[in-house]
Amino acid sequence: MAQPSLQAVPSEASREADPSSVDLRGEFEAADIASILAQLDRELIGLVPVKTRIREIAALLLVERIRRKMSLASAYPTLHMSFTGNPGTGKTTVALRMADILHRLGFVRRGHVISVTRDDLVGQYIGHTAPKTKEILKKAMGGVLFIDEAYYLYRPENERDYGQEAIEILLQVMESQREDLVVILAGYGDRMERFFRSNPGFRSRVAHHVDFPDYNDAELLAIAELMLAEQNYRLSAEAREAFVRYIALRKTRPLFSNARSIRNALDRIRLRQANRLVSHLDRVLTSNDLMAIEANDVLASRVFSGGSDVPAKLP
Amino acid sequence: MRITQGCFSFLPDLTDEQITSQVQYCLDKGWAVNIEFTDDPHPRNTFWEMWGLPMFDLRDAAGIMKELADCRRVYGDRYIRICAFDSSHGWESVRISFIVNRPQHEGGFRLDRQEAAGRNIRYATRAYAADRPEGERYQS
Repeated sequence: MAQPSLQAVPSEASREADPSSVDLRGEFEAADIASILAQLDRELIGLVPVKTRIREIAALLLVERIRRKMSLASAYPTLHMSFTGNPGTGKTTVALRMADILHRLGFVRRGHVISVTRDDLVGQYIGHTAPKTKEILKKAMGGVLFIDEAYYLYRPENERDYGQEAIEILLQVMESQREDLVVILAGYGDRMERFFRSNPGFRSRVAHHVDFPDYNDAELLAIAELMLAEQNYRLSAEAREAFVRYIALRKTRPLFSNARSIRNALDRIRLRQANRLVSHLDRVLTSNDLMAIEANDVLASRVFSGGSDVPAKLP
Repeated sequence: MRITQGCFSFLPDLTDEQITSQVQYCLDKGWAVNIEFTDDPHPRNTFWEMWGLPMFDLRDAAGIMKELADCRRVYGDRYIRICAFDSSHGWESVRISFIVNRPQHEGGFRLDRQEAAGRNIRYATRAYAADRPEGERYQS
């Protein structure tokens, strides 16, 4: 993002004395965003539009910071964001990284993330909502407030729903204490769209809309291998082939939630691997045996026998 | 007469910026900060009323400063103090408390002497403000 072509004359002495020129590279390295962006690239597979967007936001914030140093910027920038996308596409993970970026650039003071849903904000009886919402907001001060499935705050079918009260307090704080906290709203794309349409106050206060695309099969496989590598497991060649088929099948089943489904599938595969190892007690195990996941561990999944891998509901 | 209770009370009144950094110090130590107010300035009055609830799990002083601003709006004519409670084992008590708001005019105290048996004298201090009913003591 920070191309040296934009670089001003980089002289250490002049930078201290003269605030009318700033060494861009120095600023970039001082904030150490590069390492966060690299980490984002390394740990998050796919999500190219999201990464591009985050780079843009990081660049904007860097420039904004320099402008503030030169006292060119007067108003505090609006940093509230909305993350839309299907479940398991990495919204929460990216929110954590975003908090880190904002913290390093000095746009939030502490850089912690408070993750909440409707239940944490909305009370159960008259007079319960305002203190509850305010308490959460106070906890999030100096950091990022991440509201998951934000559209549940607004329930148009019940006009006496307390969610409206929480929304009003949120909007007020989002406007008046912009320098104290950043709000990130997250949820499914279409429902967020409806939510913003019925609450225009939110749309105008949210500066950055980031859309998280679904992962394709290759990305899901890469995610699975990354997750396994982190836990010191690996797929054998046949197991990988079986897992590719598993992904294709699982995607057609209901309740598919991208990386989260993959993680759950891996948990069950590890369960079956352990079971397989324990079923033959009279042998010596090597570390290779403990790490290897075989095709049968994958193929035993109910997805292959036409069922859903999610346990069947009780009648 | 300017009353001197708690930390920093011999210093000039703290500015909001100074209060913020004191509160941030408390939060960084992991103490729970709360706001209390009263209109009875007697030094033995330990029962100040609490503004809202004690604030647990806060990371940044901005939340408390917001509450303080709200409290000043309602009880700006009274004494307001900030207390920080340390819940760690062995302490379990208030670690710091300091006054952040005072009435515009502090009336001071009257010293009463009472002659008791055997030429003994008993002393009592009364705040002039306490002559008026609670809630009206510092209204002009």
